[in-house]
Amino acid sequence: MVTGGLEGAGVFGEVTTRQAGDDDAVCGVRPRWVALPETVEEIAAVLRACAERDLAVVPAGGGTKLHWAPPPERCDVLLDLCCMNEVLEHAAGDLVVRAQAGVTIAALSAALAGEGQELALDVPFGEDATVGGTLAAPLPGPRAFRYGTARDLLIGITVVLPDGTVARSGGKVVKNVAGYDLGKLFTGSYGTLGVIAEATFRLHPMPPERRWVVAELGGARVPAVAAALAASQAEPSAVEVDRPDPAGPLTLAALVEGTAAQTRGETLRELIGPAEVSGEPPSWWGQVFGDDVLVEVRFPASGTAAVLDAAAGCGLSLRGSPVAGRVLLEPGRELDEDELAATVSGLREKVEAAGGRVSVLAAPCQGVDRWGHVSGLPLMRRVKERFDPGRRMSPGRFVGGI
Amino acid sequence: MDTLIAALRSLLPHDSVITDPVRLRTYECDGLTYHRATPGVVVLPGTAEQVARVVRLCNDFGVPFVARGSGTGLSGGALPREDGVLIVTSRMRAILEVDLADRRAVVEPGVTNLAITEAVRDRGYYYAPDPSSQQICSIGGNVAENSGGAHCLKYGFTVNHVEACEIVTPDGDLVTLDRMDPGYDLLGAFIGSEGTLGIATKITVRLCRAPEAVTTVLAAFESIEQGGQAVSAIIGAGIVPAAIEMMDALAIEAAEAAVACSYPEGAGAVLIVELDGPAAEVERQFAQLEEICSAAFELRVAADPAERAAIWKGRKSAFAAVGRISPAYIVQDGVVPRTSLPAVLAAIDRLSAEHDIKVANVFHAGDGNLHPLVLFDDGDPGAGERAEVVSGAILDLCIEHGGSITGEHGVGVDKSRYMPKMFSADDLDTMQLVRCAFDPQGLANPGKVFPTPRLCGEVPGVRKGVHPLVESGKADQL
Repeated sequence: MVTGGLEGAGVFGEVTTRQAGDDDAVCGVRPRWVALPETVEEIAAVLRACAERDLAVVPAGGGTKLHWAPPPERCDVLLDLCCMNEVLEHAAGDLVVRAQAGVTIAALSAALAGEGQELALDVPFGEDATVGGTLAAPLPGPRAFRYGTARDLLIGITVVLPDGTVARSGGKVVKNVAGYDLGKLFTGSYGTLGVIAEATFRLHPMPPERRWVVAELGGARVPAVAAALAASQAEPSAVEVDRPDPAGPLTLAALVEGTAAQTRGETLRELIGPAEVSGEPPSWWGQVFGDDVLVEVRFPASGTAAVLDAAAGCGLSLRGSPVAGRVLLEPGRELDEDELAATVSGLREKVEAAGGRVSVLAAPCQGVDRWGHVSGLPLMRRVKERFDPGRRMSPGRFVGGI
Repeated sequence: MDTLIAALRSLLPHDSVITDPVRLRTYECDGLTYHRATPGVVVLPGTAEQVARVVRLCNDFGVPFVARGSGTGLSGGALPREDGVLIVTSRMRAILEVDLADRRAVVEPGVTNLAITEAVRDRGYYYAPDPSSQQICSIGGNVAENSGGAHCLKYGFTVNHVEACEIVTPDGDLVTLDRMDPGYDLLGAFIGSEGTLGIATKITVRLCRAPEAVTTVLAAFESIEQGGQAVSAIIGAGIVPAAIEMMDALAIEAAEAAVACSYPEGAGAVLIVELDGPAAEVERQFAQLEEICSAAFELRVAADPAERAAIWKGRKSAFAAVGRISPAYIVQDGVVPRTSLPAVLAAIDRLSAEHDIKVANVFHAGDGNLHPLVLFDDGDPGAGERAEVVSGAILDLCIEHGGSITGEHGVGVDKSRYMPKMFSADDLDTMQLVRCAFDPQGLANPGKVFPTPRLCGEVPGVRKGVHPLVESGKADQL
C-alpha cells in the first residue's frame, strides 16, 4: 500500500509506504520512499525488495540521533520503525522485557514502572528515542557506571539482515552463552549491518530511594574527589560533572540509589566537602546539551585531569562521568569547518596522550576526522563485508567509511 | 604434521613444543572427560608474538588449532584435534599491571581467575566473575567461555568485566579490541566465542571495590517448592542479592558425604542467599529476607568469613561430591526463566522416575541456571544411554520454556548438536557470518559451538553431498 504518490507502488508489496519529502532527508540526503513496516516479516519484505533492486536503506527510530554520523553515501529508502511500537512481553518475575524496536523509551519506562521495574539506562531524548535507536546509536548515561551500557543490559535481539534474513541471538534469560552474541555486534553499529527489529533486556527493580549529592567544585579537585567516590563503599550509582562554560565553575553530582540512600548520600558528602543532599537531580542530569556538534571522550580514570584541561583549553563545554571515564563536549559557539577540525585534532592529541579516545558523534560537516585511529578496523570491514556485501545499509555512516 | 612440527621447533624454544605421545595424552581432554582426542602437537608459547607465529604457521599449513588454558572447561571447548595444534597458554602467567586508580589489571591469558583477586584483595578490590573452578581456571579460558559464577546474578559475566583484549586473529594478526574504541563491539562478540574467533593474549579486566558488608544466609526448607517460593519472593521484593543458590535433598546428601558440610538435617532443599553492598542496605535487606524465609525450618547466618566459607563449602563441592553417591554422572547447564523453575523441576522429577535415573539438582536459582547432575552407574548396561536421554530431555525442557542450553559452561563439542533446537538455520547462518569474517579458513577451534558449519563463501541452502569440512576431517557431522 502506497500513500502520497504512486511511484513506489508495488515495490514493497503490502507494506505501508509513502513518498519521501524534504523532512525525511538524512543529513541532507533525501530518500525516495519512506517504508513503515509493522512486523518483523514486513521489515524482511522491504529489505528483500531493496536487495533485488539495489536500493540503499537507512533505518530510523524516533530520529533523535539520525543527524549524528556522516551523511549516507546514498539513501533510497528510509525504514521508519515507528509502527513497530509494541511491548511484546514484560516478564516481571523474571526481570525481563521484550519490545519491538520502535517502542519509545518513555513508553517502555511507563510500562515497566507499573511493576516497579526499570531499564537502567538513562536515555537522552527519551520521549522520542526508541529501543532500536538506543541500541544502534547508544549513548552511555550517568548510571552506566553501575549498570553498564546498552550492550550490557541487552540479552536478546532479533535483526533483519540486508538480504531479508531474520536472525535471532541470545534469548530471554539473562544467563546464556549459547552461540555468538549478535546483540553486541549490532549495538552501536549505526544501522550499517542490518535492522534491529526486536530487543530483550534485563531489568532492575526500581530503587526505593534516590539521593543526589550536589556540589560546586574547583576543576583541580575533580580527579581526587571522583576517585574517592568511585572507591566508596557507599556505592554511588553515578557521578557526573557539568561545566557549561569552559572557563566557568564546575558542578559535581553523585547519585545513590537503593535503601538507606540518605545515610549513604551523607557518607559521600564527607568525601566531597560542602554539598547538598537532595531528592531531585540537578536540571542537567542525564541531558545532552545541543547536539549540532557533539564530541564524546572516553578515558581511563587516571586521565581525568588531562581531559578536563584539554576540554577547557579547546573551549568546549563538558558534561559526563569522571568515574565511568566518559564525557560529552560541545563547542559553546558556532565553529566553521576548519575551526572544528583543528579543535578536534588538538583535543585528540591531548586526550590520546592521556590514554583516552575522541569520537565526533555529530558534526554538520565532512572535513572532520570523526573517529581517529580505530585498531580493529580491518576486522570491522570484514564483518561489514559479510553482513552487507552490497553496502546498502546506511553506507558510509560509520568508522572508516563503513 | 612432521614438516609442521619441524617448523614449530624453528619458531619456538625447544621445550615449548611437545610431541612425546605420553605427554600429549595429558592434553587429550578438558573438564569434560568423555570426549577425548590426542593432539597432533602441543605448543606452550611464552609470548603473544609466539602465539601469532604459531597461528600464522597453521594458516600456511592449513592445519586447525585449538587454544587451551587450564583445561577446566565443561563442554569440551578445548578438546584437541588429532590433526591440529593445541596452543596451551599455561606459560603466559604474568600479571602485567595493576592500576587501582583506573580500577583495572592487565594480565596474560594463563593467569588464574583467583590470582587476580588475590593480587588486589588486601587493597580492598576483587575481580567479580567467580566460576566454581576459579582457583585453577585461566582468565583466557574465562574470556573464551564468557564465564559467570555464583555472583553473576548481581555482577554480570566476564563480558561485563573485560575492558580490552589483545587477540591473535585466526589469520595470525595481533589486534587490540578495546571498549573505549569506536566501531563495532568486536570485543563483545569475541568474548564467549569459545576460541572460534581467535586467541586472547592479553586481557584488561575491571576491578571492583569490595563491598562494605556481606551477609550469607543458609535457609533450610522442607521442600524444593518452598525454597522456590522464597526465591520468587526475594526477587519480587526488589532485592538483587549477590547470589541465590539452591540444592535439593540428593545434592545435599552428596555434599554431606563428601565434605561433611553439616547442612540442617532433613532438608528437602537449602537456599544460600548472599547479600552484599553498603552496610545499611544489607542490614535492611536482611530483615526483609528473614521475613520472606519464614517458611524455612532453620536459618543460619554467617557472622564471619569462616562461617561464610562453611556455608559455601557444600555448594562449591557439589559437582565433585556426587562421585560419592554415584559412579558416574552428567552435569548439565541449562537455563530457564526463573518463574519457570517450579514447572521445570517437576518435569525433571517425572523424567527421573520415568527413566529410573536419579537427578541431583544444584542451581543458581536467582538466574534460573540449572546444574542438574544426572547420576548413573556406568557398570550397569544401558544406564549411560538412559542418562543421556534424561540429560537431553532436560535441555529440551529448557528450550521449551524459552531458556538456553547453556548458561555458563559453553556449547563446545558437547552441546553443538542442540544448537539447531535453540536456533533456526538462519540464526546459525548469521552467526556464521561473524565466524567467516574472523576466520575464513575455518581453522580456529573447528567443530565447536556450531553443528557442521557452512563454509565461508558457500551459498545457504544448496549444500550437496559430503560437507567439505567433514571430508577433509576438519569437522564432524553431528
